[in-house]
Amino acid sequence: MERSNRLVKASQLKERLMQAVFFLSACISIAAVGIICFFIFANGLPAIKKIGILQFLTGTLWRPGNDIYGILPMIVGSLYVTVGALLFGVPIGLLTAVFMAMYCPKSIYRPLKSAVELLAGIPSVVYGFFGLVVLVPLVRNIGRSLGFGGNGSSILTASLLLGIMILPTIIGVSESALRAVPSHYFEGAQALGATKESAIFSVLIPAAKSGIVTSVVLGIGRAIGETMAVIMVVGNQARLTGNIFKGVRTLTANIVLEMGYATDLHREALIGTGVVLFVFILIINICVSLLKKGEHR
Amino acid sequence: MKSKILKILIYLSAVITLLILFFLIAYILIKGVPNLKPDLFARHYTSDNVSLMPAFINTLIMVGLSLLIAVPVGIFSAIYMVEYAKGGNRFVSIIKLATETLTGIPSIIYGLFGMLFFVTTCGFGFSIRAGVATLSIMILPLIMKTTEEALKAVSDTYREGSFGLGAGKLRTVFRIVLPSAIPGILAGVILAIGRIVGESAALIYTAGTVAQVPKRLTDSGRTLAVHMYTLASEGLHMEEAYATAVILIVFVLGINTLSSFIVKKLINVDGKARLQ
Amino acid sequence: MIENPIITIKDLDLYYNDFKALKNINLDIAKNKITAFIGPSGCGKSTLLKSINRMNDLVDGCKIEGEIALENENIFGKMDVNILRKRVGMVFQKANPFPMSIYDNIAYGPRTHGIKKKAALDEIVEDCLRRAALWEDSKDRLKRSALGLSGGQQQRLCIARALATKPEVLLMDEPTSALDPISTGRIEELVRELKKDYTIIIVTHNMQQAVRISDNTAFFLLGEVVEYNDTQKIFSIPADKRTEDYITGRFG
Repeated sequence: MERSNRLVKASQLKERLMQAVFFLSACISIAAVGIICFFIFANGLPAIKKIGILQFLTGTLWRPGNDIYGILPMIVGSLYVTVGALLFGVPIGLLTAVFMAMYCPKSIYRPLKSAVELLAGIPSVVYGFFGLVVLVPLVRNIGRSLGFGGNGSSILTASLLLGIMILPTIIGVSESALRAVPSHYFEGAQALGATKESAIFSVLIPAAKSGIVTSVVLGIGRAIGETMAVIMVVGNQARLTGNIFKGVRTLTANIVLEMGYATDLHREALIGTGVVLFVFILIINICVSLLKKGEHR
Repeated sequence: MKSKILKILIYLSAVITLLILFFLIAYILIKGVPNLKPDLFARHYTSDNVSLMPAFINTLIMVGLSLLIAVPVGIFSAIYMVEYAKGGNRFVSIIKLATETLTGIPSIIYGLFGMLFFVTTCGFGFSIRAGVATLSIMILPLIMKTTEEALKAVSDTYREGSFGLGAGKLRTVFRIVLPSAIPGILAGVILAIGRIVGESAALIYTAGTVAQVPKRLTDSGRTLAVHMYTLASEGLHMEEAYATAVILIVFVLGINTLSSFIVKKLINVDGKARLQ
Repeated sequence: MIENPIITIKDLDLYYNDFKALKNINLDIAKNKITAFIGPSGCGKSTLLKSINRMNDLVDGCKIEGEIALENENIFGKMDVNILRKRVGMVFQKANPFPMSIYDNIAYGPRTHGIKKKAALDEIVEDCLRRAALWEDSKDRLKRSALGLSGGQQQRLCIARALATKPEVLLMDEPTSALDPISTGRIEELVRELKKDYTIIIVTHNMQQAVRISDNTAFFLLGEVVEYNDTQKIFSIPADKRTEDYITGRFG
């Protein structure tokens, strides 16, 4: 009896101990978010303050040599390529999702799904390289023959490439949103004599709206945060331009390109660039979780 | 008429998606495979042979060590979330929010954070250990999420059966629940491996870009993806860059095949899919 | 009424959040007898069964007041819950063998409680499978997955698994409701056989089953025990009008 009591005590202790270990492990992700936020903001905000928030965010010149740090060109550059990516990625992605949910014969569904997963698994650098050796020359030729000039590394090239890169996100999330629509919605529309296509566009897609919007917002997150692929094709000139055949620089590219040799205020300004990017990302995250909450209701 | 156009557009989109993938892979393979020369696999990197072998070995080291940290932590967190925390608990929703936030943070921010925290504040310098620490945090939410799904898919009747025999929670979790969840966890681990292999932005300013196999974890070393970025952006070794791309693509193909194989196996065992 | 009860339930109330599922239950369970709990769905008979080995602890928002004593010791007191469940085994409505070999299924309980020697485990496995009348069917495939057995065999395996911790009491929650008549017959035969060594409490929807196998029967309605008596008496001359209505099939 003594012995068994001791055994019981020992096993109760072990249970408690491991529960504490599990709990602490679960706390790590909260701690990680905490210190990531802390370190990015603590290192970036002082520089933004020193430069002046307005000057930093709306300044059109980026001249580290003269201690002039305005990141408006980078903000606009990121927006350009993100919007461009959506213009290519959303229609193709959404229609592919429609195909997979509504048209795809069973026999080719699995291969198609695998293909989309593969597209999601290809590393950024490989996309970037592909963009560099295939898309850049292609865009250069188009630009020159249309008389817009440019050397191929441009807003258009980056948009095309990012459009491809966000495809798997758009397709995956939209497809499950389309599949989640109760089938009687669609059948009801068809029973009223609508063609399959008009039933899809007038009933199915509106019903799956919030999932599709989520996919687009996730796509925005992926596009705006993408770094290595963009650097290789976007030209990286810190300038404001309206010509999509000309190069620009994104927020992400700004950090990677100059961090290697930057010191003092220059380095801090780069971290400040990271802060701006991080804020964009946090806003997108909040949108996604609000959208998800809306879906559950 | 309008319907017909829409239908054509739908089919066209699916074809475009497929064509892009095939073209990309075929292009890299056709241009890259002829460049796979024995020199590329030399034990040491020199500016003459541009060997990818050190980067390849570094990649394996990085994968191994990151998994060593992230997998236990991820599995333990998931165990807490699924087996211990009561539903509707406020703490649980905070953890969920935290993991969702971590999932949404792009690699470059991880890289920046790793540089500020591990490289500078912790004094790790550009080193394998700084890279591993950064990547571990990056893949943590992925491991957690997939493990959670896998644990949730284990039938409650197993848990009841084990408790009914007088087994404690710990024994029930480790002997009954976890073994049944292994295929799902494995699929998550494989996804994480894919993420590490493809990562570059988070590593350039944490693990650095030295093209040799480091002697210690405190030394810098580049992975394959970083190697490839350096080659392509320098523009001096395009042939070798093609070859490296081939290796990366083959890696990804292998990983995808493996994970779909596991998913299929899962379907066969249970008669239904646990993972989508 | 019952001498030397192995289990005594005193003034037991049970709540699921605000819902009172059991109301003032007082019940003594006779040793080495079979006690049947009968009553319509949702009357609380399974809930009471699961309270006896504290499986209700796993349910969120479940609160228990009152006392259940096993051999005069309060199970909600100092007694370790895992020791309680070792002493009070359980067989579930749906057979739930673990996804492991037949041998490991039986050995799971003893291993949990500290028996590691192979010879001892071998002996327990054989003994329990014999008691559950499964030895002949399974002795050549002990190392194969338990999921390959038929439904009836799986349930007998679960009974063998429960016996392996050497319990004093065996709780059975509608153990035959998912089985065909032949498998049901074999399980009933087995239960009668086990009575010699174990106290058995069985929840059943099937009144014929209660008549066939049990010594005592408790009739539950809306969370209360309406009548508790010798099985023969309850089914021949029920004292309460509601019991009579139920056993004659007027509701339920």
